[in-house]
Amino acid sequence: MNSSNSNSLTFQELILKLQAFYAQRGAVIQQPYDVEVGAGTMAPETFLRVLGPNPYKVAYVQPSRRPADGRYGENPNRLFKHLQLQVILKPPPENVQELYLESLAAIGIDLRQHDIKFEEDNWESPTLGAWGIGWQVMLDGLEVTQFTYFQQCGGVDLDPISAELTYGLERLCAFLQDVDSIYDIVWARDPETGREVKYGDVRLADEEQFSFYNFERADVQSTWTMFTLCEQDCQKLIGDFKILSKPRPDGQKPDLSWFPLLPAYDLCLKCSHYFNLLDARGAISVTERVGVIARVRALAVGIAKAWMDQQYGREKKSEKSGEASQSTAKQKKGKLTPALS
Amino acid sequence: MPDFLLEIGCEEIPARMIEAGAKEFANNVALGVQQPPPYPIIEESSVWWTPRRISLCLHGLPDQEPDVESREVGPSWNVAFKGEEPTAAALAFAKKHGVSISALVKVSTPKGEYVGAKVVRRGRATVDVVKGVVETELAELHWPKTMYWRGKAAERFVRPVRWIVALLGDEIVPIEFAGLKASRSTRGHRFIGPRNVDIQNPSGYEEVLRSSGVLANPYEREQVIRKALDAAARTIPGARWREDKALVATVVNLTEFPSVILGGFDAEFLDLPEEVLVTVMRDHQKYFAIEDANGKLLPHFLTVLNTDSDAEGLIRHGNERVLRARFNDARFFWQTDQKLTLRQRVDLLRSVTFQKDLGSYYEKTLRVQRLASSLAETVKQSGMAVRPGIIHKAALLAKTDLTTELVKEFTELQGIVGGLYAQVQQLDEEMKPDVQALISQAIYDHYKPESMEDGVPETVEGAVLSIADKADSIAGMFALGLIPSGSKDPFALRRQANGIVKTIAEHRLPLHLSEVMADARSRYEGSDAEKKFTNAKYADSVRGFFRERLEFYLKDIRGYAYDVVNAVLAVDSDDLVDAAARAEAVSEVRSSVDFESISIAFKRMKNILRQASEKTNVIAMRMDANSLREDPEKELAALIPQTVETVERLRSTHDYNDALLEIAKLRPAIDKFFDHVMVMVDDDNLRANRLALLQTLVKEFSTIADFSEIVTEGKEASTQS
Repeated sequence: MNSSNSNSLTFQELILKLQAFYAQRGAVIQQPYDVEVGAGTMAPETFLRVLGPNPYKVAYVQPSRRPADGRYGENPNRLFKHLQLQVILKPPPENVQELYLESLAAIGIDLRQHDIKFEEDNWESPTLGAWGIGWQVMLDGLEVTQFTYFQQCGGVDLDPISAELTYGLERLCAFLQDVDSIYDIVWARDPETGREVKYGDVRLADEEQFSFYNFERADVQSTWTMFTLCEQDCQKLIGDFKILSKPRPDGQKPDLSWFPLLPAYDLCLKCSHYFNLLDARGAISVTERVGVIARVRALAVGIAKAWMDQQYGREKKSEKSGEASQSTAKQKKGKLTPALS
Repeated sequence: MPDFLLEIGCEEIPARMIEAGAKEFANNVALGVQQPPPYPIIEESSVWWTPRRISLCLHGLPDQEPDVESREVGPSWNVAFKGEEPTAAALAFAKKHGVSISALVKVSTPKGEYVGAKVVRRGRATVDVVKGVVETELAELHWPKTMYWRGKAAERFVRPVRWIVALLGDEIVPIEFAGLKASRSTRGHRFIGPRNVDIQNPSGYEEVLRSSGVLANPYEREQVIRKALDAAARTIPGARWREDKALVATVVNLTEFPSVILGGFDAEFLDLPEEVLVTVMRDHQKYFAIEDANGKLLPHFLTVLNTDSDAEGLIRHGNERVLRARFNDARFFWQTDQKLTLRQRVDLLRSVTFQKDLGSYYEKTLRVQRLASSLAETVKQSGMAVRPGIIHKAALLAKTDLTTELVKEFTELQGIVGGLYAQVQQLDEEMKPDVQALISQAIYDHYKPESMEDGVPETVEGAVLSIADKADSIAGMFALGLIPSGSKDPFALRRQANGIVKTIAEHRLPLHLSEVMADARSRYEGSDAEKKFTNAKYADSVRGFFRERLEFYLKDIRGYAYDVVNAVLAVDSDDLVDAAARAEAVSEVRSSVDFESISIAFKRMKNILRQASEKTNVIAMRMDANSLREDPEKELAALIPQTVETVERLRSTHDYNDALLEIAKLRPAIDKFFDHVMVMVDDDNLRANRLALLQTLVKEFSTIADFSEIVTEGKEASTQS
């Protein structure tokens, strides 16, 4: 490769630089979530963290698996599994766009020498009951980041709003290294020997084998079965939570902080993945498709509502308006339970 | 007389929304500042916008609103004063209007003596007026899509607002919005300007921004872009950039400081169809295509930057790299797609949804195929040259490209890709090349026209297929009750109906709208979709819908006057080729003196007939010429039979001009009739026959247009009663 190549960041350096950038700005650097997801948004660090009132800043690399996008490792621009750097800034700082542009400078992009545009691109996920308003960030004609102000997630209106920055790491790195194929990206370079390990060395087998499996071998029957089992388990958990969270006779809400909503969300993610797999297999008919998406959304929405209740249901009342509301709560209690007083 | 300057600084506003939003906002502010009425009219105002700012300047505002003087009447004098002493009532009245007790006067009214006062309401300072108006208009401005960014309790706007500049002359207007206070500090271009720069006064605004790397005026940016595109294209001998107004508008609204660079791509990509290359460049990369003098695509492109230059060539290099990847993808898809022929793809349509209640594209294909064949038969029977076999084959394959990789990637190429594949694939072993060419052309064209500016399908076969496809969609949606209303038209049914109208009109097809739509509806009979149909008034709602489309086409596209359109559609709005021909004829003769007075006469006749029927006057079943008394009416009655015969003969051969001229010849007789004959006489028999005469005239001569709909300027005859 040419000389500019050896000056530019390796794939892993790119990730480290971006993580360091956000760490220096107070973000939690999380590790990738270890359940299959179709996008970084689906990891609980986004899906659940954007709900509720608590401020949060987090950045993490998330492998994003989209079975239908697989190309058997033959297409230089498309992958079954690609890596995103997902950043959540809740609430977004006033200078969030400038902050983002600084992150580009931090990975060696001289903003004065390039053409950067923020072009309208609103994001929506019917499966998650989520949508937001934002842009695709174009760098010399290349879409490098999806920038979204989240408005709703799991059917819940968000307050505060979160800014979500999703960097397409392979694209960004291929741009920096000026290579035409993702597989030619230098992933690591041994500082002593200069020996390079390419993206293809690390990941090509993945792409070949999973493409083959996803398109040709994944057993439709058993995938449907797994979908249904996960769905049933998840539904049961959501249903149980609803029953348990009913106020007790004394008007107190029971403490359900132990209740396994996080595992329920994992089950929902699995459903989503099995759906994607069945879709890639061409096993979902017209009439089924919309219905199956609605089934996954029902799980996501159910969990989001339950999560709000579990995490913020009780605190919200007392936190929000402080002393005054506590006293009204007491008064109400008095009125409601005259027999016990 | 200070100027008022306002700049709303935003994060990047979507290019497609900004012009309308900026203009509406500026308009609302200008209007708002001029309310209430005594406020002087603003002589001049300006509006500018870039992706990051909406700016306006109102020139020459007064320093304050004029004072308004009024006379107020309060309580009865006796209640207000006990002797000389004011009571609580007087004090309250004085306080309410801000006047002193000594300013109260006695007012005599018919009801007695009351307390009165001359009240002067001081005009507010302009700075307060402007602040109020701007804050209100910011909160109420309509955008196609808005968002929260400071939480649900805060404001919504198209994108986050980050700064506000508001100056009345040299002074800051303390406007507040979105947690911001207006100041004189604006921001320069993100990459080539200073982060902050002060505006001293409104008149310096454009210059300060220009020196901060921002061309605030969109018209200036357009000029800059066009010149730069010309200059860059000229660097290749004989080349020119392909004009694309929509794309120019987009890049004007994507840039604060535009410049243009030329890029290139490998000439081997020119083997791909031009449609694919142009779509990738225009729709996906916002590049302008470059062609030679013969209109042939050259391996170059132009892209508009939002910065001043590409000194190191990095931007050009990056863009070329992206385009190469895109073209490689397209080529890869093209090659992959050839593994399955269109014929083999028909079955795959079973798993592509057309609409959730209307089933798959496979079902649609079968319906459209039958409908198109039926329409082809109608066309053929009228003696027009058409090849139903071509339509039948094309209809089967028309939607199959929805299963191709290329269309999945570039959805705007639907139809076109199918047409291109039908050209290169073997459709049938025995198929002759000319047949294949016609089939592929019909598939290629069948989404056309996609707008009123777009051309209609080239061939009759393509036209019939296009009509059948659209009619099927409209029929299904209408039967489901999914009828467009107001701004709601999610399936673009208006556009599709406009397409049908335009295609029938331009190909002069003998297809009647109500029959086409009844036929389209019948193709759903017995289907699963039909079980979900709810619209019991299908025929009526479709007729009303198409009547509007037809009006739109004749008025806005063909340019006929609205009264002419009303006149011809009142007779029939089903055969639109005929309606257009009649509109043409009426337009040509309408300005003749004879015709004008015929129109007036018809209005008069209709009025008389209407009034007669309101008074339940009897009209003779058949006019009896012998019962008529005066010469003028006898002459007119005698003229009718032969004129009817001539008009009908001319009408049947569509010689509408001549037919109308024939009718116009009745003018002297009609004028004479009205000059000498009174219709509403007491003699029952005579009146009944005179009414019958008018009725006959109106009925027999309204087969081309309802002349009473024609507006005649100021020559309206007074109605005889």
